[in-house]
Amino acid sequence: MSKVVSVASEAQQEVIELKDPAIAALLAWLVPGLGHLYQRRTAKGILFMVCILSTFFFGLFCSNGHAVYASWQNWDKRLPYLCQVGVGLPALPALVQTYLVRSGKEPLFGGVMAPPVDAAQLNEWYRDLNKYFELGTVYTMIAGLLNILAIYDAWGGPVPIDEEERKKKSPDDGEPPTDS
Amino acid sequence: MMPLLLANTNMMWYAPPLIAAISLVYAATHHERMTPILIHAARLAVMISGFMLLIMAVLAAISWQL
Repeated sequence: MSKVVSVASEAQQEVIELKDPAIAALLAWLVPGLGHLYQRRTAKGILFMVCILSTFFFGLFCSNGHAVYASWQNWDKRLPYLCQVGVGLPALPALVQTYLVRSGKEPLFGGVMAPPVDAAQLNEWYRDLNKYFELGTVYTMIAGLLNILAIYDAWGGPVPIDEEERKKKSPDDGEPPTDS
Repeated sequence: MMPLLLANTNMMWYAPPLIAAISLVYAATHHERMTPILIHAARLAVMISGFMLLIMAVLAAISWQL
């Protein structure tokens, strides 16, 4: 089922057809930009994909793959993962790695996204990576949070421009954006 | 071990790509076409950079005698 939104864009009213908003939102969560590509909003889809995935993978790269992991131990509650998981599929291997490590098995991919075994290993990461561990955490968190905006855009269309700003740009513009 | 490429990079260089990504994504959630997205993103990037420079100047000023 499609949703049509009317958006005041610059000096003109623009009508955008949002194909299956719920499915698009799910796809947008799974892979940033995929929801927009599904809705044939190709340029925005590519923009979201490039910006969000490059931010996420750069953060992962500069922390040697340690900035993204899921852990809920008493000595390490990894709250940043709640933001990082916003990026969808690219952050989900962390859950598999956590399962493997907690059940005493070897993590996959050389330990990328695997949680630390104990506090000593976590301290070792902080010592070796120094500020790059935090930098990677910030980059990956921001990527996850940016994807929340992209998911909303796939589901509900562009955020209406502020009414006053819109009037300033086009005093004779039509009605404010509405859902139909 | 941190990646060798990043080892000697000043931390300030990590801000511009992040500002660019944030500006582009935020602007893209407010427009549908590319031109207004880029204009909005450029304006937002300048605002964020200006705000950060202002904060940096204030911090530098209050720590001048330390």
